[in-house]
Amino acid sequence: MKKFLTAILFAPVLAFAAGPTLHLDSAPDRSSDMAALQNGAKVFVNYCLNCHSASYMRYNRLRDIGLTDAQIKDNLMFTAEKVGEPMKIAMQRAEAKAWFGAAPPDLTIIARARASEFGSGADWLYTYLRTFYRDESRPTGWNNVVFENVGMPHVLWELQGEQVMGADHKLTLARPGKMKPQEYDAMVGDLVGFLKYMGEPVGELRKKLGVVVLIFLAILFVFAYALKREYWKDIH
Amino acid sequence: MSKVNAMLQGTLDWVDARFPLTANWKAHLAEYYAPKNFNFWYFFGSLAMLVLAIQVITGIFLTMHYKPDAALNASGVPVAFASVEYIMRDVPWGWLIRYMHSTGASAFFVVVYLHMFRGLLYGSYRKPRELIWLFGIGIFLCLMGEAFFGYLLPWGQMSFWGAQVIVNLFSAIPLIGNDLSIWLRGDYVVGDATLNRFFAFHVIAMPLVLIGLVGAHIIALHEVGSNNPDGVEIKKKKDANGIPLDGIPFHPYYSVKDIVGVVVFLFVFSIIVFFMPEGGGYFLEYNNFFPADPLVTPPHIAPVWYFTPYYSLLRAVTYPLFGIDAKFWGVVAMGAGTLIFAFLPWLDRSPVKSIRYRGPLTKWLLGIWVVGFFILGFLGTKDPAYKFFGFIPGAPIAQLLSVYYFLFFLTMPVWSSLDRCKPEPDRVTMK
Repeated sequence: MKKFLTAILFAPVLAFAAGPTLHLDSAPDRSSDMAALQNGAKVFVNYCLNCHSASYMRYNRLRDIGLTDAQIKDNLMFTAEKVGEPMKIAMQRAEAKAWFGAAPPDLTIIARARASEFGSGADWLYTYLRTFYRDESRPTGWNNVVFENVGMPHVLWELQGEQVMGADHKLTLARPGKMKPQEYDAMVGDLVGFLKYMGEPVGELRKKLGVVVLIFLAILFVFAYALKREYWKDIH
Repeated sequence: MSKVNAMLQGTLDWVDARFPLTANWKAHLAEYYAPKNFNFWYFFGSLAMLVLAIQVITGIFLTMHYKPDAALNASGVPVAFASVEYIMRDVPWGWLIRYMHSTGASAFFVVVYLHMFRGLLYGSYRKPRELIWLFGIGIFLCLMGEAFFGYLLPWGQMSFWGAQVIVNLFSAIPLIGNDLSIWLRGDYVVGDATLNRFFAFHVIAMPLVLIGLVGAHIIALHEVGSNNPDGVEIKKKKDANGIPLDGIPFHPYYSVKDIVGVVVFLFVFSIIVFFMPEGGGYFLEYNNFFPADPLVTPPHIAPVWYFTPYYSLLRAVTYPLFGIDAKFWGVVAMGAGTLIFAFLPWLDRSPVKSIRYRGPLTKWLLGIWVVGFFILGFLGTKDPAYKFFGFIPGAPIAQLLSVYYFLFFLTMPVWSSLDRCKPEPDRVTMK
């Protein structure tokens, strides 16, 4: 009987198999690197926060990544007045739609939304931001490997330079930018790390708290089981 | 001390003269005799009650901050979607309450499926427990409604398109279908009217029915007494005081045992809540982190995992019959797939209840059915063009398993009476 049930439970494991795949580079882990997250925040407000909002994220939440209210006000707030305001933008959605074909999405939880069976949302973003290439057939002059016919131009092109798609479907750097490829990758890593943090600011606390909860339950189990044994010792 | 005792006794007498407190305590806990041989499978009833309590309590706190409003805010995000993120970020401990509620939805189905499977293993639906089973099926259907209505509320892409697909299914019903689906939505497309009525169903209508049915389920159970892994009636052998020889008082024996089950359950539950709240995209679908957009259809719309076996049944029907669209028969298959459990008490003709004393035929047929249920569930999360190992097409396998799903039940009166059963023991066994 036991063997029979075990066989039933494990049968679905056989059902795993592959479909079409999307190759994503894995994003570096920046979750506990405060300097990297702060750099990511700086890149975010300088390059992204003009067209994309992060409307669920308040500026003063950035205290999570080791910044003071004064630092946030002086270095990261360009349009907002108060440090408790969410990261909104001045651009009107209707205008944005007319310019880009689609209004740029809010980026607060983009790192969660872009997760898929092919990799985490951070992996997707890390690959996306590094695989823009020149494509004159597109209105913006740019295309992307993981987001085909993307509406967004390559905002970071001055830093990365210009890539072109070869006949072998590989990207090559046709014109270098201000940053060396390694520097650019590291910066994108910081930016993606920040986007991942912003997607779930409580993420790190959640895991730490989880350990405490599990330890508590493990201890509670010992007592609960001892109590059960004590009561049940006369039942045969 | 004796003065305090006398005072407490006096208070209790006062209450008992006006409300049957002691009588109920005895009837349902201290003198409710349950078989002493409950095993692992008997934890899931009390765990289902625990999850119900978690869902109700976390749900109450979520409604304090959630806003069922599909209008766009200044940043172009639907108010409902933004209010969920507000709970996740700005409400103190809101993230924990929300993750407990979203994980609780999946946990509810896990424990209820295991609880139902226990019924299948040990024939718990057989005479005299048919009504317990029927109330249970009512709970199961209610739970599916509750989950479906609740899933629209975060107003993400999957919420929107899932509701759109399911409500559209009703339009396949001949003659009244189109009007019916408009009536359900309150609009020509899923919109603000739909969101508001689903909210009403989710937070009051369904829970009210659900809790009523749970009450009826337990009252019926305590009337006839619990079945057990041996499938024999403990009430047939009683001592001089009329107490079943193999029965033990629910309290304290099963109350202390269930506490152990609760702690183990909470351990597993906490692993998901604290370390993998998205459940690999199965508990919180990734696409649902995009706000609902009626103009962008996601490439692949899949229901949440607990609906996928029935979704596979729905998709398995691809032939029109009697001049009616295949979609309609798909809906019929899906509905029948959930309702067919209700007929089990009358389909099962075996002379014994428990799988322990049933023959190889039952074990094999049930085993294949369970494997089939898992595979149907797996295929329901995938695109219809999915191929196992890249070359075995999933769609015909789903069709084959769908046929088996129904044949298992429909031919049960025959095979359950044919099987070579072993004799049942007189008394319960402690293996």
